[in-house]
Formats: sequence, structure tokens, C-alpha cells
Amino acid sequence: MSDLGLKSHRFRAEREADWRRLELLLAKADRGQARGLGDDELLELPVLYRAALSSLSVARATSLDAALIAYLEGLATRAYFQVYGTRLNLRERLGGFFRDDWPAAARALWRETLAAALIMLGAALAGYVLVAGDANWYDSIMGGMGQGRDPSASTDFLRKILYDSHGGEGLSAFATFLFVHNTQVSILAFALGFAFCLPTALLAGQNGLTLGALSALYASRGLGWNLGGWLIIHGATELFASVLATAAGFHIGWAVIFPGARSRLDAARAATRVSGAVMAGVVVMLVIAGVLEGVGRQLILADLARYAIGLTMLTLWLAYFYLPRRRGAR
Amino acid sequence: MSVDAANPDAVRMRRSLVTPEGVDLRLTLATAGDRAGAFLVDLLIITVSLLALSLAAAFVSQALGKQSGELIMMIWLVGFFILRNGYFILFELTPRAATPGKRALGLRVVARDGGRLTGEAIFTRNAMREIEVFLPMLILLVAQAAGEPVDAALGLLALTWSGVFLLFPLFNRDRLRVGDFVAGTWVVKARRPRLAIDLAHDAPARLARFAFTPEQVGAYGVKELQVLEEVLRARDRRTLKDVAHRIRRKIGWRPEPYENDADFLSAYYAALRARLEHRLLFGHRRKDKFDAA
Repeated sequence: MSDLGLKSHRFRAEREADWRRLELLLAKADRGQARGLGDDELLELPVLYRAALSSLSVARATSLDAALIAYLEGLATRAYFQVYGTRLNLRERLGGFFRDDWPAAARALWRETLAAALIMLGAALAGYVLVAGDANWYDSIMGGMGQGRDPSASTDFLRKILYDSHGGEGLSAFATFLFVHNTQVSILAFALGFAFCLPTALLAGQNGLTLGALSALYASRGLGWNLGGWLIIHGATELFASVLATAAGFHIGWAVIFPGARSRLDAARAATRVSGAVMAGVVVMLVIAGVLEGVGRQLILADLARYAIGLTMLTLWLAYFYLPRRRGAR
Repeated sequence: MSVDAANPDAVRMRRSLVTPEGVDLRLTLATAGDRAGAFLVDLLIITVSLLALSLAAAFVSQALGKQSGELIMMIWLVGFFILRNGYFILFELTPRAATPGKRALGLRVVARDGGRLTGEAIFTRNAMREIEVFLPMLILLVAQAAGEPVDAALGLLALTWSGVFLLFPLFNRDRLRVGDFVAGTWVVKARRPRLAIDLAHDAPARLARFAFTPEQVGAYGVKELQVLEEVLRARDRRTLKDVAHRIRRKIGWRPEPYENDADFLSAYYAALRARLEHRLLFGHRRKDKFDAA
């Protein structure tokens, strides 16, 4: 045996300092995001990562120290995810999301969005016609969700609901509640798209039916215009958001049904990129809708003001999503 | 790797991830047990946090009087929402890509194609949890809250539903849940082993005291070497004695009086590793003792 000891031992002794240094940088990066590392350290990281990879290759080929190889595999894997993982900080990520990613994703789903809107409108029309023809349909459609708003209620009661101001008491809690509830329903509609679109379509249809039935009830008492204001102030945002959530669900479901040349798995994964971005935006829209519904609607009682706010919001959303914009302006 | 090599489960869960530099990192997927354990830890954290939040809200509202009711209500609503939806998403967006439960079990989320783990993928894989876990819970809760007894058909439906989704990972090779399947992610073990000491660090000094003949050193292959490494690292006295006894008999080694088992094994380990690594440099990897040189 050689007097200098094992070659694999000398190999380790020569490189160990680099490995330790890499381990230190990784621990630092884990603790405080990438910002925890200075400029020099950020430049050092990829170099040390490649050194660790090369050490791993050499060790696999020449060393029989199993613990050493396991250590290097773990180290190289951690460094790989650090080096090839996301380099953007949260602010850049959010900025890019609102400037480009979200509207681009929503535009890409225009067909699904159209389909979702048509389903909801169609269902609303059906609900309206059914209830207008026979008031008994109302109960079967609302199924206990009417909260006293049913055909037997007096016109005064129905009117009072539309203009019921809580005098500022409890509004923010109400807004929060609405936001949480609506978001949960939207996430559900999106997630169910995976099951070949059907449950998502059902949820959208049910949503539309309820709207139609409610409109028919109010229209029969000559309160149609008033209900419109009550709905549109937040509905322009909320219903838009729920149409987008439905569209995002459709997009995934469609990819699973018709994957084309790819495997179903790959198709679903590709669809997720767009749908996920749309859904993250939907949550933001629902926060705004919750505030409009919980606070705006209770404080602003004039029909015209309600219509003005609702239609302005609708215009803003449409312009934000669909107006052509310069490409590559990043 | 010696632990893994001895364990067929670990080999079955191994997946290759080749870096752009051309090195295979050999990821190990998390087992269904790991996943379930991590989820239980997360669920426990969420439940305890919710309880703490509720208690804190109750105490504060009592201390402040009735006016604070609205604030407390908001805190509770938002807290519940964030815990239910944001908990998983926010933790998986961090550089470690793991919730506290996953960290506790040494797991992390990774994109299946080895690329960047995007925010969209994280959002999607966790949104799917809604239908996997929370929907059947919701069905039962709503039925109960409506004052109707949960009937057998509904209960059975919820049970079947959650059964299909909860057990989904058991029915595919990669242990993907529906969310992973759709979002293009999987969960792997995030090993962070410490650099253990090199057992052959004082090889020359040891070999000076034990002079093995080439025949004696040539009795074993790589597999036996790595088992010996494990034995030496574990340092269990009875195992050391047994193994030393068997190796002495196999190579016909006459122990000197009061020869220490650990010393003997360390020296033999150094000698065996030196020989096998030497052969390795010449292109021959002797798998085990049955592999004729």
C-alpha cells in the first residue's frame, strides 16, 4: 500500500473545503431567500455547484466510500435546485404577473371564457323564463338560498333588501365573508374542471339559473332596474371572475379529454401553466368584488351610481385583459 | 448509497434527473407513507393554529368589549382562509419548496421535468386539494349544519369520493396525487446528509500494524466493503465482534492476543478499499465476493 494513503482520501481532502463552502452558501440562501447572499457569493454559487457536480462524477467513478457519495449527491441536488430554481424575487414576480402574465393568460383562454359566459347567460335566461312562466320553479331553483326573497314575499320587503344599509356596522366583516366564500367556490369550480369539464359547467349553470330566477322574481314586481343596480355594482367584477375561473377549469378539462399528440399528463401540465395564472388573478378580482359588494353596495344606494360603478369596472377589466398592447415591452 | 442498495424499495423509488451538465442526480421519490405523514403534520399545525386563533380572538374580544366583534370576525375569516389555502402555497413558494410537514419528513416539491417549479404549478397542485380533501368534508358539514341527519347514501358518496382521491397516490408508480398529476410536479426526498468522517483517513498507520497478504485482501467485493462501512459507522460492539470473527475465519487470519475487533476491521476496511479502488482505476468494479476477478 502507498505511504500517502488512499487516492480517494486525498481526493476528498483536496476538495472538502469547496464542499463546505457550498454547504454554507446553501444554508444561507435557504434561510433568507436569495437576498441573503451578497453579489460575490451569488457569482460563487454556480462555480461551486459545478465543482460539486464534477466531484460527484469523479467520486462515483473512483471512490468506494458510500457515505461520501451520498453526501455529494445530496449537496449537488440542493445546489441544482438553488442554481436552476427561480432567481426572481417576489416583487419582480408580482410585477411581471400583473403587467404581462395574467392578462396574457386570460387572453389565451378567450374561447373557454366565451363558452363559460354563454353557459352562464344561457342558464340565466332559462331560469328567467322558467320562473316568469311558473313561479313554482323559483323554490326548486333557489333551494333554500333565497333568504326570504321568494314569491310570497311582499314587494316592499323585496325592495328593502336592495337598499338595506347597515349604517356602516359590520361591513368589513361582511366583505371578508363574501370574499372567502366566493373564492372557495371559484377554486372548487377550477379544480373540478379536471373531471372532464362537466362539474365546472354544472356549477356555472347553477350560478346562472339562480341569477335568472332572482331577476324574474324582481322583474315581476317591477323592480328589475333596481335589482340590476344591486347586482352590477359588484357582479361586473365577481361574475367576470367566476367566468374566468370556469374557463380555467375548462382549459384543463379540455386538455385531459383531447390531449392531441401529447400524453394526457403532458397536456394537463401544459394547460396548468395558463390556468394557474388565470386562477391566481381570479383571487385578486374576488377581493375587489368582495369590497364592492360588502362595502360599496351597502353605502351607495342610488341606482345610477351603482350602474356607473359596475359598468366602469366592467370596462376597466375588459380593457385590461383584451386591449392590444405592445409586445416585448419588458 | 449502501443503505439504499440493500433496500429494494429505495431502488424502486429512484428517478433520474440529468442536469444540463450531464450528471444524473438520482432523485428518490417520497413514499406514500412519507406523504401521508407530512400531510398529517401539516393538518395538525393548521388545526392547532386555528384553535389558537379562535382562543386569541375570543380573549381579545372579551378584553375590548363588544365593539371589537367585527375586527375579530375578520381576523378569523381571513386567518381561516389563509390557513386553508395559503398555507401550502406560501410555504411551497419559498426556496425550500416544502411545507413544515414536508420539511419535518425531509421532502420537497419538484417539477417533474426537472425544470423550474413555477408559481402556477404550486397554485394548481394545492387548488386540487379542494376536491381531494375539503369537498367531502364540506358535503358532510353542510348536511349536518342544515339540521338533517347525514344519510347513508350521502356518507357513502363522500367516503367513496375521498377514498378515490386520497388513495390515488397508491395506484401509480410515481406516488402522484391528483394535484401533482395535473400540475406536473412530484415530491422527492430532500436529503441533506452530513459529511461523515472518512473511515480510511489513517489507513497507512493502521496498515502498518496489520500486514494482510494480497489473497487475504482479495476475498471480498464492493458490496461487502459497503456493508463493512455501515458496520464500522454504526459501532455496535456485538456486530463488530461477529463480523470480525467471520472475516478472520474467511481469510484465515490469526488474531494476536488482545487484538481489538474495531482496529482489525478498520485496518481490513482500509486495505480492501485501497485494493478495490486501485482495480477500479483500471476499469474493473468487483461487485461482490462471487464476482471472479
